[in-house]
Amino acid sequence: MDMQVPKKKLGLKERYTLMTRDLAWDTTYQPKEKVYPYADYEGIKIHDWDKWEDPFRLTMDAYWKYQAEKERKLYAIIDAYSQSNGHLGVTDARYLNAIKIFLTAVTPLEYMAHRGFAHVGRAFPGAGARVACQMQAIDEMRHAQTQIHSLSNYNKYYNGFHDAPHMFDRVWYLSVPKSFFDDAITAGPFEFIVSIGFSFEYVLTNLLFVPFVSGAAYNGDMGTMTFGFSAQSDEARHMTLGLECIKFILEQDPANLPIVQRWIDKWCWRGVRLLSIVAMMMDYMLPKRVMSWKEAWEIYFEENGGALFKDLARYGIKMPACAEQIRQEKEHLSHQVWSAFYNYSGATDFHTWMPTEEEMQWLSQKYPDTFDQHYRPRFEFWREQQQKGNRFYNKTLPMLCQTCQIPMLFTEPGDPTKICYRERDYKGSKYHFCSDHCQHIFDNEPEKYVQAWLPVHQIYQGNCFPEGSDPTAPGFDPLAAVLEHYRLNAGRDNGDFEGSEDQRNFEAWRGMAKRND
Amino acid sequence: MQVAAVKEYAGTPRDGVENFHGNQLLYIGWDDHLMFCAPLAFPFPPTLRFGDIVEKVLPGAYGYHPDWARIDWSKVEWLKSGQPWTPHFNRTLAENGLGHKDVLRFRTPGLTGIQGSCS
Amino acid sequence: MSKVFIALQTNDDTRPIIESILADNPHALPVESPAMVKIDAEGRLTVKRESISERIGREFDLQELHTHLISLSGHIDESDDEFTLHWND
Repeated sequence: MDMQVPKKKLGLKERYTLMTRDLAWDTTYQPKEKVYPYADYEGIKIHDWDKWEDPFRLTMDAYWKYQAEKERKLYAIIDAYSQSNGHLGVTDARYLNAIKIFLTAVTPLEYMAHRGFAHVGRAFPGAGARVACQMQAIDEMRHAQTQIHSLSNYNKYYNGFHDAPHMFDRVWYLSVPKSFFDDAITAGPFEFIVSIGFSFEYVLTNLLFVPFVSGAAYNGDMGTMTFGFSAQSDEARHMTLGLECIKFILEQDPANLPIVQRWIDKWCWRGVRLLSIVAMMMDYMLPKRVMSWKEAWEIYFEENGGALFKDLARYGIKMPACAEQIRQEKEHLSHQVWSAFYNYSGATDFHTWMPTEEEMQWLSQKYPDTFDQHYRPRFEFWREQQQKGNRFYNKTLPMLCQTCQIPMLFTEPGDPTKICYRERDYKGSKYHFCSDHCQHIFDNEPEKYVQAWLPVHQIYQGNCFPEGSDPTAPGFDPLAAVLEHYRLNAGRDNGDFEGSEDQRNFEAWRGMAKRND
Repeated sequence: MQVAAVKEYAGTPRDGVENFHGNQLLYIGWDDHLMFCAPLAFPFPPTLRFGDIVEKVLPGAYGYHPDWARIDWSKVEWLKSGQPWTPHFNRTLAENGLGHKDVLRFRTPGLTGIQGSCS
Repeated sequence: MSKVFIALQTNDDTRPIIESILADNPHALPVESPAMVKIDAEGRLTVKRESISERIGREFDLQELHTHLISLSGHIDESDDEFTLHWND
């Protein structure tokens, strides 16, 4: 960047005060409680909003300047990438399936985060917090837009990129991210900021945006690398906001501690469950791998999150209750989730496949205590069957967890051979969970989670067929009707990568790129 | 606390049995066979004979697995909500005491999946 | 003492920034990955405006870091001249 910086008249701190707090005023026509109706009901007590301070001290004018600079860099790269047929430079077309998941599962969350931060920016009575939330709301909108722009280039050439917003509201596996964010934005402003600002941004998004995006660079995907790092440069500010909010809330009143601790326990677990799909993207979907999910977990959660919780101990905050279970699960997560998507590959907008022998050796080496014993035999069997033309598809819909909405694929802590089942009766009905932690979340707010829109149950209730369908008509094919409702092109977007149109096209186009005929 | 809310708040469960057009949900899991990544969910009428599930429905769901053909049904152990349970094959789901969203697991002694990996 | 870190994109603009950070924080360790570098440091890490300005031959504004930053950890203390990450334990 070649920018001349004029001599400043005001220091950073003075400028920040003038441009945030000094622009706010106290209302006189209406009482404060009416202007900020959501500030009190969660039980969080705030005595002095002026104690809140943005550590970055970023003001709106500087914000626009730096964001504009980031946008210029980003779009220059995206243009160059598409002008030079950059998509043919990725390591392998299998890789693009990870990016399809990014577009359908992550990008819509950016937009939901935009809505959430716009809402809490309005709901907080403190000016400093409002300004920071407003910037974050704009950032999140920018992330959704830059991701859609970058990835639209792939939609010209490959299947499954065509209708992410429509799919997000309907496709079975996307109810996992959707319900996660629905849960957060329907909570009060303080729970929202603890859930997304702290638990998700601070503790967990590094795992998605740092090693995975570095992996995108390693696999030749300049588009994803650029929007990923450009988004993450904002995340650094978001993480700082999340941490500042936690410190501020805890310093304001000792009665806030148990409420905040319960939210941290809840949202770290919900975030870990949500990121299980990223575990599989890292271990199974990147042809060239930067590090395993387990290694990324150790660096960004155990080391970095560990330092964070050690620091917060002086407020009485403890490591989330789920930490021990997730420490055990890191050995299994990516393999179990990849298995599940391999089972139900007939109903997704992306392809799955069995790893090659070389890739299995990498997995054995990265997961010496679990891969060969628990997962290799299953994968070798599937690979043999696929080669014989008998590729495995699970044709019956799975049982889902009422809280995280993921199929009940997780095994019992301490016993990777048994599915973990938990259940609860509430007001005469049964509810099922994948884990103790998902059950506890339900127990704390059952009236919220009894309303869960579980895709499998919705299909069986007849709510996921195209309008005007008659399920009683002779020859009605419910699976085909559900895929049509999802706007998923059966036989093109879904199924095994081997033999797919994406595979054929990529091979043919890459061949053409090297010849003149 | 049932929910944190600004005013009185009650949720309407979305999965009441009345929404399933005469069916009820039954979940079934086959222990030690994780090739099927999760237990399965089925909508069945309460008047369905239990034996019909095992004889007519489960082969379509589980028959791909090489262990399926080796099951000795006289030795199979059933669990309902994690507790030992004995089904009557000639009785209906309702007569077997199975309600909406009940969960069954079955164990097939001696069969432990692909190369004993519980897959 | 816990570690703090700062992760930056690797490009022409960040090369002098990374050099400055490593020179000003002899206890810091760079870990390189494709397209990025993560700098770990026990306890505390300081980015100094002066050192970067010297290397690039013009006045550097520490807020320019926002353009190249990927991630960081620790509490932040920022003034016009220094940007510090630290843990309080």
